[in-house]
Amino acid sequence: MLFEALLHEKVDTIFGIPGGAIISVYDELCDYQDKIRFFLFRHEQGATHAADGYARSTGKPGVVLVTSGPGATNTVTAIATAYMDSVPLVVITGQVPTSMIGTDAFQEADVTGITMPITKHNHLVTSIEELPRVIKEAFHLATTGRPGPVLIDLPKDVQIAEGEFNYPNDIDIPSYRPTTRGHPKQIKKAMELLKNSKKPLVIVGGGANLSGTMDLVNAFIDKFGIPVVHTLMGHGVNPRDERLYFGGIGMHGTVYGNYAVTHSDLLIALGVRFSDRILGNPKKFAPGARIVHVDIDPAEIGKNVRVDVPIVGDLKSVLKEFLNFDFETDFSEWVKELQGVKERFPLGYRKGKYIKPQYVVEKASELFPDDTVVVADVGQNQMWVAQFYRFKHPRSFLCSGGLGTMGFALPAGIGAKIGNPNREVLVIAGDGGFQMNIQELMTINRYKLPVKVIILDNNALGMVRQWQQLFFKCRYSATLLDDNPDFAGIARVVGINARRVEKPEEVDAALEELANSKSPTLLHVLVDPRENVLPMVPSGGNLAEPLTDAPLDSGIVEKIRGGSDE
Amino acid sequence: MSDRQIFGGEHEHTVSVLVYNKPGVLRKIAGLFSRRGFNISSITVGDGKDPGLSRLTIVVTGDDKVIEQIQKQLYKVVEVVKVSPIDPKHRVEREMALVKVRLDGGEKIELLQLVEIFRGKIIDVSNEGVIVEITGATSKVEAFIKLLASSHKIIEIARTGKVAMNRWESSYNGEGS
Ligand SMILES: Cc1ncc(C[n+]2csc(CCOP(=O)(O)OP(=O)(O)O)c2C)c(N)n1
Repeated sequence: MLFEALLHEKVDTIFGIPGGAIISVYDELCDYQDKIRFFLFRHEQGATHAADGYARSTGKPGVVLVTSGPGATNTVTAIATAYMDSVPLVVITGQVPTSMIGTDAFQEADVTGITMPITKHNHLVTSIEELPRVIKEAFHLATTGRPGPVLIDLPKDVQIAEGEFNYPNDIDIPSYRPTTRGHPKQIKKAMELLKNSKKPLVIVGGGANLSGTMDLVNAFIDKFGIPVVHTLMGHGVNPRDERLYFGGIGMHGTVYGNYAVTHSDLLIALGVRFSDRILGNPKKFAPGARIVHVDIDPAEIGKNVRVDVPIVGDLKSVLKEFLNFDFETDFSEWVKELQGVKERFPLGYRKGKYIKPQYVVEKASELFPDDTVVVADVGQNQMWVAQFYRFKHPRSFLCSGGLGTMGFALPAGIGAKIGNPNREVLVIAGDGGFQMNIQELMTINRYKLPVKVIILDNNALGMVRQWQQLFFKCRYSATLLDDNPDFAGIARVVGINARRVEKPEEVDAALEELANSKSPTLLHVLVDPRENVLPMVPSGGNLAEPLTDAPLDSGIVEKIRGGSDE
Repeated sequence: MSDRQIFGGEHEHTVSVLVYNKPGVLRKIAGLFSRRGFNISSITVGDGKDPGLSRLTIVVTGDDKVIEQIQKQLYKVVEVVKVSPIDPKHRVEREMALVKVRLDGGEKIELLQLVEIFRGKIIDVSNEGVIVEITGATSKVEAFIKLLASSHKIIEIARTGKVAMNRWESSYNGEGS
């Protein structure tokens, strides 16, 4: 019955690992092989991140099927990751039979209890009769309003119970009716402010990717000639007039992007949640600006910053309303001012005798097609991708923004490839995070998925090492990975093409080979372990006062690579 | 919608929440409060007018911004049908307390007087003492307990927590219950 319901929801792809408390569902799966593709992973966290990568890159909900107890608890990190970034997932977990719930039965865990704070909704199914409605509701909740993961806990006896299958056509949950249309009065007020503004700025957030409205965002920017910046999750904005684009903002935003925020007189925030990584010091954030905040989730409005014009609604409908307005605007002075700052403080890095991770990213950005899905892990690698890869399409940059989950990139990249067989998928990870879900290399090989992987190996938990260098007097407590394995060797053993790159002059050719390869391929790139992510606004700092330079600590080279690399 | 000033911008607020009576819903709401760092002073639950729905009365402390967040976050719980703030000026509120008091000697008359003044009831009597039932606004219940404690030995107290409703005349009714 479960699969009939899933077919009604147009599910054709499932990720997971079986087990005792879900074995009969997996048995049933045999009868649906022609309609549903199932992907076996090597860890439930991997399967769930894969469903997440599938969902982020396609916009369709990712479906996960795992067993009770440890199977379910293994999904927790990945569910929390999806929750923080508002990704639609439906996670189905086996559960011990209803009669045994509460007895500490074998592989019993209170999964609805555990996942309550990290799901949009969860439900323990108690009878086969309610199953169709519960499934219907789960997909509805996961994909509408502010999307998010929904978990269904399915006891063993319910799985095998017989019942009549009546799939509901419509769904109506009176206590759940997200507002979609923005309030016309507020929309008018926002546009009045724009008309009278001298220094407006659009901030694009993850909501623009999630709602599939990046085209409208671009159109809005182009129509009124407004400069634009974005959050980590808002990558993909690409106005026709490239001169309006001022990159990312926040802790590792560009100097000019953060300058724009600080000097703007009107922020139009589209699908942004103003996280602490964006605000720095909330009291010093955008001191001279009125704030228009458009978001589908009313709870985000006014949560972290004061808002002058709140607009609760779906970006799509609100942007269409915005575009109905016609008036002349001329922000060229403001654009010129920002261009000046950009020229004075460009994003950059110094060349040297070691491979620069920033260069690897920049070069990959040149070589891979525009619609490539790039999946970064967490740490310095993620920030370098955010800074030096130029994304021109929505849903083309995936990473764990809110939770910052190391180990996300590899499995999420696999999920993205499964969802986008015709797009290139490029995973870029640090050596630390890569090892957190390294087992999924086996999954790449199992399904011969031509995922491309770059490991930026700095022999360190780099981002933490950077903080230790800058804020803890270079005491590298537990961050140097001087014992990293030969990742290329591991990949080859698993059956994946791989190459180790040690010298700057080898990088271009290796990247070209990677971009042109038709099969799964991994590059293990030994990068300069001293590099820091700059600019940087330290936690809680003022966006107007970024750290733009920091010395390289050469002492670490010997510590982690021995004398031979010098 | 402030009830009682605590300190700075912090106030005590009362909200009435209508929820679907589904398994786990209380836990969801209690979890939400602790996770978001909201302070609950009391929470009561019981059946409401419609079958399948329960009504919670929650007393919380926080500044106005916190209270706004509480309401918005409550609405995100799928089982929550309606969140109604209670008007601090125009409302009725009641709570009940049971108080077990030891009686060793001559303070009986005094106790009976106190119970009468507060319009309480003695609902259990033994050689050792009595149990008193007292109903009223929270301030009344508290005053009673305080007075009682100054002259008698209180063994045990059980309080229901507050239930509240906006009065007919309250302007909160438009958006309310
Ligand atoms: C699961 C998890 N554990 C710990 C952290 C804390 N953390 C943040 S960045 C980082 C270092 C990441 O190192 P690496 O993966 O090598 O990437 P790099 O920063 O060197 O690019 C750590 C340990 C985290 N974000 N996620």
